[in-house]
Formats: sequence, structure tokens, C-alpha cells
Amino acid sequence: MNSFIRYFSDFFIALKSLLAGMKTTLKVFFRKKTTELYPEKRGSLHIAAQFRGRLEMIHTDDNRHHCVACGICQMNCPNGTIRVESRTVTNAEGKPEKVLEAYHYDLGRCLFCELCVRTCPHQAIRFTNKYENAVFTREKLLLTLNRPGSSLLPKTKTPQGPDGMNTNPAKPE
Amino acid sequence: MFDFSVVTTWIDEGLRRIMPEAGAIAVECVIIGVLLLAVYAVFALVLILAERKVCAAFQCRLGPNRVGPWGLIQTVADMLKIITKEIISIRHVDRFLHNLAPFLVIIASLLAFACIPFAKGLQILDFNVGILFMIAASSIGIVGILLAGWSSNNKFSLIGAMRSGAQMISYELSIGLSILTMVVLAGTMQISRLVEAQGDLWFIFKGHIPACIAFIVYLIAGTAETNRGPFDLPEAESELTAGYHTEYSGMHFGFYYVAEFVNMFIVAAIATTVFLGGWMPLHIPGLDGFNRIMDYIPSLFWFLGKSALMVFVIMWFKWTFPRLRIDQLIHLEWKYLLPLNLVNLIAMVVIVALGWHF
Amino acid sequence: MSTLKALIREICPNAVFQEQEKENAPLQVGLQAGELARLIQPLHDHDSMRFDYLEDLIGMDFGEKPGVIYRLYSTRHKHSLVIECQAESREKPELPTLSHLWAIANFYEREVFDFFGIRFIGHPDMRRLFLRSDHVGFPLRKDYDPSSNPLRLEAENLPDDTSVFVEHDGKTEKEDHAVFDKDEYVVNIGPQHPATHGVLHFQVSLQGEMVKKVDVHCGYIHRGIEKMCESMTYPQTLAMTDRLDYLSAHQNRHALCACIEEALGLEVPRRAQYIRVLMDELSRIQSHLLFYATFCMDLGALTPFFYGFRDREKILDIFEATTGGRLIQNYNVIGGVARDLHPDFIKKTREFVEYLPTVLDEYHQVFTNNVIFRQRSQGIGLLSKEQALSFGVTGPTARASGLACDLRKHKPYSIYEEVLFKEVLRYEGDCLDRYLVRMEEISQSLSIIEQLLDKIPQGDHCAKTKPVIKLPEGRFFKSVETARGEFGVFIESRGEKYPWRLKFRPPCLPLVSVIETLAKGNKIADLIAIGASLDYVVPDIDR
Repeated sequence: MNSFIRYFSDFFIALKSLLAGMKTTLKVFFRKKTTELYPEKRGSLHIAAQFRGRLEMIHTDDNRHHCVACGICQMNCPNGTIRVESRTVTNAEGKPEKVLEAYHYDLGRCLFCELCVRTCPHQAIRFTNKYENAVFTREKLLLTLNRPGSSLLPKTKTPQGPDGMNTNPAKPE
Repeated sequence: MFDFSVVTTWIDEGLRRIMPEAGAIAVECVIIGVLLLAVYAVFALVLILAERKVCAAFQCRLGPNRVGPWGLIQTVADMLKIITKEIISIRHVDRFLHNLAPFLVIIASLLAFACIPFAKGLQILDFNVGILFMIAASSIGIVGILLAGWSSNNKFSLIGAMRSGAQMISYELSIGLSILTMVVLAGTMQISRLVEAQGDLWFIFKGHIPACIAFIVYLIAGTAETNRGPFDLPEAESELTAGYHTEYSGMHFGFYYVAEFVNMFIVAAIATTVFLGGWMPLHIPGLDGFNRIMDYIPSLFWFLGKSALMVFVIMWFKWTFPRLRIDQLIHLEWKYLLPLNLVNLIAMVVIVALGWHF
Repeated sequence: MSTLKALIREICPNAVFQEQEKENAPLQVGLQAGELARLIQPLHDHDSMRFDYLEDLIGMDFGEKPGVIYRLYSTRHKHSLVIECQAESREKPELPTLSHLWAIANFYEREVFDFFGIRFIGHPDMRRLFLRSDHVGFPLRKDYDPSSNPLRLEAENLPDDTSVFVEHDGKTEKEDHAVFDKDEYVVNIGPQHPATHGVLHFQVSLQGEMVKKVDVHCGYIHRGIEKMCESMTYPQTLAMTDRLDYLSAHQNRHALCACIEEALGLEVPRRAQYIRVLMDELSRIQSHLLFYATFCMDLGALTPFFYGFRDREKILDIFEATTGGRLIQNYNVIGGVARDLHPDFIKKTREFVEYLPTVLDEYHQVFTNNVIFRQRSQGIGLLSKEQALSFGVTGPTARASGLACDLRKHKPYSIYEEVLFKEVLRYEGDCLDRYLVRMEEISQSLSIIEQLLDKIPQGDHCAKTKPVIKLPEGRFFKSVETARGEFGVFIESRGEKYPWRLKFRPPCLPLVSVIETLAKGNKIADLIAIGASLDYVVPDIDR
């Protein structure tokens, strides 16, 4: 008799649990959906300013950058993403000086660890939050970050974090 | 209420006037066949879209919304794609059976589809044991599934097919018995007369408690019969990747896919026909005014509306519950549904014999 | 500790004990292979030793000879022991096996065999664990030549046989055994399969629906992170940890940072520690939410899957605002954290902490209380407490078997001593308990976050470090509690910019090793449920 009762009570408990689940799903059925429409709403999508989309070199309005071609970023990159090409010129004071020729950056190999930005002594580079990085061929991921015709901005003192590293890279736009 | 038999009789008479009787029947068969296939395909497309939309809504998503307004022609695009896809021939399969299997599934589904009374006078197959024929025809599909699993030469497929065999043969019993319960109440197996008998009141109200139990059992068993979640063990994605149709590609896979969705509709349509009055409008004895207003709504809408509701319930099941395990599935049938069904059948017989129904 | 020393000296007269630098450091002892063989049984069984938990088994190329470092722990006496044992020579690298006493040694030793070529005498299944069977050489040896393994494009033929090395009169002989019998019905689950959560490969022998044997093949996404780290500076190695168990990215990195900081004797600012713990707990919640999602999906409930992901997304948004990353955060650095909290962090986190309990109720209604789920998980995949210990299982999986192993409680690190939370324990050890432990841990993590949010101290978020970080000579080990269990970092430093050996103790390898024990005699559907309830992450297994 006991097992007989259990047979039925099991049945109704089970039915109740199933109906409870159906009630919840039906509630969600009528709730507002969470899908974010892309690309329709691409303008209003919120991407955090800190988001590491891709590396870029900071340029001023008159096409100048801060990079002295020291190569620290290249040395620090765990994956060989950065290659700094430089040439030596004689500066106004008659001393030899390294000048940035081309700053090669392979987006396809980047780990987004931000070690380059954190160790750059001149805050010459930063990560932007541009996230639409997809392209059709790998060659298109090989970027040159310094703009054509850009030149070095005369040295200014840059603020540094307590650990000797840049803690607050310039806010990306 | 508009009777579609007016149209069909008119066509029939027209044809007979211009050609001998055999010719007229041949032409009618061709027309009906083409129409049936077309309607079948359209139903599949609509159902697939509906499923995707409903499922999306359950899952806090929007669902397809890229092709056409609100994604309405998404499935049409999908259909074009699947038709143009290559059917990959696989080495080491039993080629004849492998190619035959999807057709068996779709034929079984079509035969059952032909029995559905869509509206007053709009029914292709209608004879004295119609509902029996419908159940029998729809269970041919299992042969196709077993063949698919066997001929694919794939271990996943074989396990899927065997699960399917065990499942469908078990749940066939429940479907048969629950419909039998209603046949007892109706006193007929002819589908058109089943519907007409519900003119005053739908069977689910007429047969009160036993009818409600039969209805619930039928819904569960029907969902299991169509291999849909939570009874989708034969094609359990997380276990068997795609079960019995793992090795199928192109339109051969498409047949299984389409058949699955139309089978869901067929289950819903039988539920509508047997329990919810088919195309019959909602009539409440005593409220003549109300009944007359209900009659203004065309019978086709009544039928499709009720079926759509049933389809939604079946989808609701699928998108709420986790999948059963094979032993749970068999337990549910043999330990719960079948005894319940047998007791219910006797109860119905007693009620009918004593005239306790409405 | 002195009794331990005496006991070991009694059995192994030639044992070399190392000086203890710190008060609580475990006893370190160097042994010969022959002596180790004598010590193994007493280590496990002797009443005053009882080392029942093999925390880690670290293969290492000591320069001249390859060898192994064992880290043992006793849950009864709460003492630990580190044994260093070098093989006789590079040419005859042989050590006795531990696999008959500690079940997890089976996999660990296969890993060491794979990378260092050390043959373990008496090991029942001496195959490569990660690399292809046709791999030439042993990559983590220092004299390994990568050019001996060109990229192979043809498919790997899985070997049918496995070997056992046995000792006969001082000579080692190789015996071959078949993995599966010829007439067994073997199904490949994976490497491409919806339920393996990544590229993991099970060969499953079936009897109808019943699972008879499971053979695990790992290594499909093995990236050799440990080898890579040997040629990286310490700050560079940090970038690798996030790519192990990507759902505990932050916690993994916490472990490595803490290990390096400990080696350097660096004091981490209070603010940084608060931030680390906050982020750790948020990571734990998002990891458990993803567990809920995938667990439901593997059991065939597709709607709850989206609930889990919907809510996890909210945490990822919080991460993104502060750390700049969603999955891979790169937030911990040596000495603290990379940048200060986002101004909105506290507000957003508080909103989330208030929001989550409301949806957790829905989770339970849809899934936890569902009768189908209950029947599918109750009593399935039973893992006893002893088995859990022997298999080195940690984290929620072990706690579901009643094994109190939460490092946040038992070896508190960072500021975990100062927060109040309950170590969630359940005792059945079945799939249901493993699930419930994780759901309960979500609530506990929420309470930790709530406690900390109000009292984040002001100050620096990062200590000052030298531009070039060199660790002092020595061995360092640090472990943290990730969402899946104990994640340990072992560093052998020889005073250079680069680690000599860096080994991660993966919480997920023990989880995978336990699958066969749990799944045997259950159905295929149960195998999937068990796999899902263990919640392993493949990149963590493969490293």
C-alpha cells in the first residue's frame, strides 16, 4: 500500500515540478529580449573605453608621435607581435640618434596583454576600443602604426606610475 | 459555415463533363497530389520559422530577423540552400537502404498528413476507419529511421536508431489507447464523423475527466512519437551528435528535418481533431447567440488556430525540459502512461455505458 | 616535522634534507630512485605519515639528469612533504611508479613520460598523454631539438597497444597490452563532439547503452605553455595563465603573481588585494554561471543555457569596464593590478549582486527542481571521498564528495582570512551534489563581494617593481582556489630573468582522470552528465 501511495505522490510531485518550470519559461517568453542588434545599433553599442581592441600609435594633430624607436615594446612582447624599424641619423647637436622608420604590428599574433603599452617609457602607444578587426586575409592584419610622414614630437616629461610603468594610458577616443 | 465540398464537387462535375470518369479521377489525383505536396512544404516552412521564433522568445533572443521583414522568408532561403546542397555519398554504406530511408519517413508523414480534416469538406482521405489508418500510416516512419541508422554504418546512428525503435514502439501504445478512449466516446472511427459529433460540444468537455487524462497522455506520447525534446533521445545532440541522421546531407537530411516538423503538426492536428473539435467552432449548449457568432469564423481558421495552439504547447515542452534518459523514457511509458491509459479506457467505457458524459 | 625526518631517514639512510628557509615551508628531501621505491608504501600507509593527497608531480630536467618532484600532503596530519628524485641518467630514465597508491599519479606520470621520457616502472599504461604517438623526443628536456618534429599533416593513428615497464632481475622489460579487445564496441566521443566542451577525445567501449571503459586522449590543443614560459621573462609568462582555464583566467593569474611576489618578497598593497579578491569571486560566479548553462545544455535543456549566458554577460561587462578584457582580462600584474577600478565598478557590481539572486530562483524553478533532471543526476557518477583524494580531485567536485579542500579556508591567501563565508560541502558525491555545490558557491561568492564592496581601502593599486624582474634561486610553489579547484604554480628559478621550469598544477587533469571510474556501468547519457558535472575546461588540461 505504501508503495502504491508513493507511486501516485511521485507522479504528482513530478507533474508539479514540470508545471513550475513551464510557468517560468512562459514568464521569460514575454519578457524583453536581450539580443543586441549589430550592425544596426553599432553606433550606440557600449564598448568600454578600456577595451583592448587593437594597438595604435598616438599622433598629435600635426602628425607627430612620441616614439623614439627604443624597441622596449618589441623586447617585451611575448609573441613577437611588434617589429620596430629604425635608422640612425645625426641630430642637430651632431650626435647620432635613432629615428623611427616603421612600426610594424601584427594584429593576428597579438595577445592583448598590454605589456608594450605598460612598458613604453614615452607613452607612444595605446590600445583603442575599436573592435571590428575581422578581415579576409592575414596580410591585412599586418599594420604599420606610424602614419606616413609623421615625425617625433620633441621630448616632454611623462608622468609615470608607482611601478615605473604607465598605469593610465591616454584615454582612447 | 462555408462547406469546401461545394468547390470540390464543382471541379469534379466539371471534369466529368469533359472527359470519361477514369480520366477525371486521374486528373483529380494529380491535382490533389501536387496540392498536398505544396501544402506539406509550406507547412514545414512555416513551422520551422515558428519554432525558431518561439524558441528564441523562450531564450531571451529575437530569433531570425535578417532575411525579409522580421526574418519571415528566412526558411525559404534555407530551403533554397538545402535543395542546392550536394548529397554526399559515403563509402561503406548500404547505398540502396541509405537512399530509401528518408523517402519512407516522408511518405509515412505525407500519408498521415492526407487524413487531416483542415476545414468543413476539406479532407483528402476519409473513410470508415480513418483514424486507425492515420495512426498506422504514421508509424511507418519508424522503419525509415531504423533503416537510416542501420544503413549508415555509423555507431552513433545505430544507437540513435535503436533508441528510436524502442521509443516509438512503446509510445505508439499510448497514442493508440488514448485515441481509442475517445473513439469509445464518439462511437466512430471516421474522421469526418468524429468532428461532426463534436458539433454541440468538444470531446474534451463531453468526456470530462477521462477525456482530459487521455488528452494529456496523448500530448506526452505524441511529443515522444515525433522525437522532439524532451524525448529527442534518438538524435540527442549532446550525446549522439545527430543520431540516426548523422550521415545524411543535402535534401536527404532535409526530408528528416521537414518530416519532423510536419509530424509535430500532425500530432497537434490529431489532438485538435479528436479532443478539441477539429474545425468545429466553439459551441456551448444553450448559448445560441454565442454559437452563431462563433459560426461566422471560417472553419479553416478554427482548425489552424487550435492546431497552432497545440504546436505551441509542444514547443513549450521542448524548450523547457531537459532530455530524458532511455530508461526514464521507457519507465514513463510502461510504468505510468500505459497503466493510466488502460484504467482510463475502462473508466470511459463505464461512463459511456451509463451515459454519464455530457 | 622532526619525527617525519627521522622516519624517512630510517627507511632511506641516504636521504638529503634541505634547509628550511621559512617557518611553515614543507619538508624537502632528495632521494635516489631505489630509495624512493622503498619509501612509497610507507609514505601512503605508515600511521604517522599517511600522505593521502598527491598535490602535484612535477617533471623536471635538472640539467644533468631528468627527474621528478613530488608534492605530497596528508589530510590527517596536515603536513606536507616535497620529494626530489632524479633518474639514474639521461639514457636510462627510470623511476618507480606511484600510480597503484595515488590514482592521479597515473595521468601525472604519463605526462612526465610524455615530456621528459621518464619511464615509470610498474605503471599500467605508459603511453604518451598529450603528444602524438609518433612524436620524436621529449620536448621539455633542455636538449630537445624542435626540428626533429616537422609539422605532420597526416592523421594520427591511435595506437591499439599500451606498454608496461616491469623490472626483472635489475633489467627493465617492456610488455604490450591491448587497450581495447578486438570485439569491443568502441565509440569515439570527440575530439569534435558537442559534449566534450572543447577538443577532448574519449574512446568509449559500450555494451548496448552501458559504458564499459573510457579511454581519454588529451592534447589536441596542447600549446606547450610550460615550455614557452621557460624562454619568457616573468611579466611575459603572465600573459599565458589567462589562456589555461579561460573561465578562471583571473584566478590563474593571481596564483602566478602571488608565487612571483612571494619569491621576490614583495608586499602587495591592500587595495590591490581587495581588488584581486573581488575579481576572483566575480570570476568564480561567471564560471559557475557558465557551468549551469553548459550543464543544462548537456542534459538537453536548451533554454536555461541562455539564462546562464545572459547573466554571465553582465559580469563580463563589469570586467570589461575595469580590466579592458572580457574573457582574457590581463588584470593582475606582479605587485598588484594593472589599473585602478573603474569609477562605476562599485555601483555596477552592487546592482549585479542585487540582481542575481532573483534570477537564481528562476534557475531553480526551471532546472534544479525539475523531476527529469533530478532523476538523471541523483546517484549518478558517485565519487567517494577517498576516491576524490586519491584522484587528486579538488574544488567543487571534491567538496560535493565531502572533502573539505577549499584553499580559501584551509590555506588562506590574500585577504580571504578576513572575509566571512561558508565552505560549501555536500556528501553524496553524485552529479546532483556537484551541481548544487556550485549553485551554493555562487551565493557564497555574492556574500563575499557584498562584504568587500564597502570597505575597499584607498591607496596604490600596484607595488613598485624593478624594470627587470629576477627571482632569487630556489623553488617556489603557490596555489589558489579557482572555480574548478586547486591551481598551483611551481617555479624553479636559477636566479635569471627566465624561469628554469614553470609548472602549472591543473585542476582539470584530475577531473578528467576520474571520468572512467565514474562512468563505468552507467549509460552514455550519464557519461555526458558526469562530464558536464565535473566541469573541466580543456585548455587547462592540455596547457
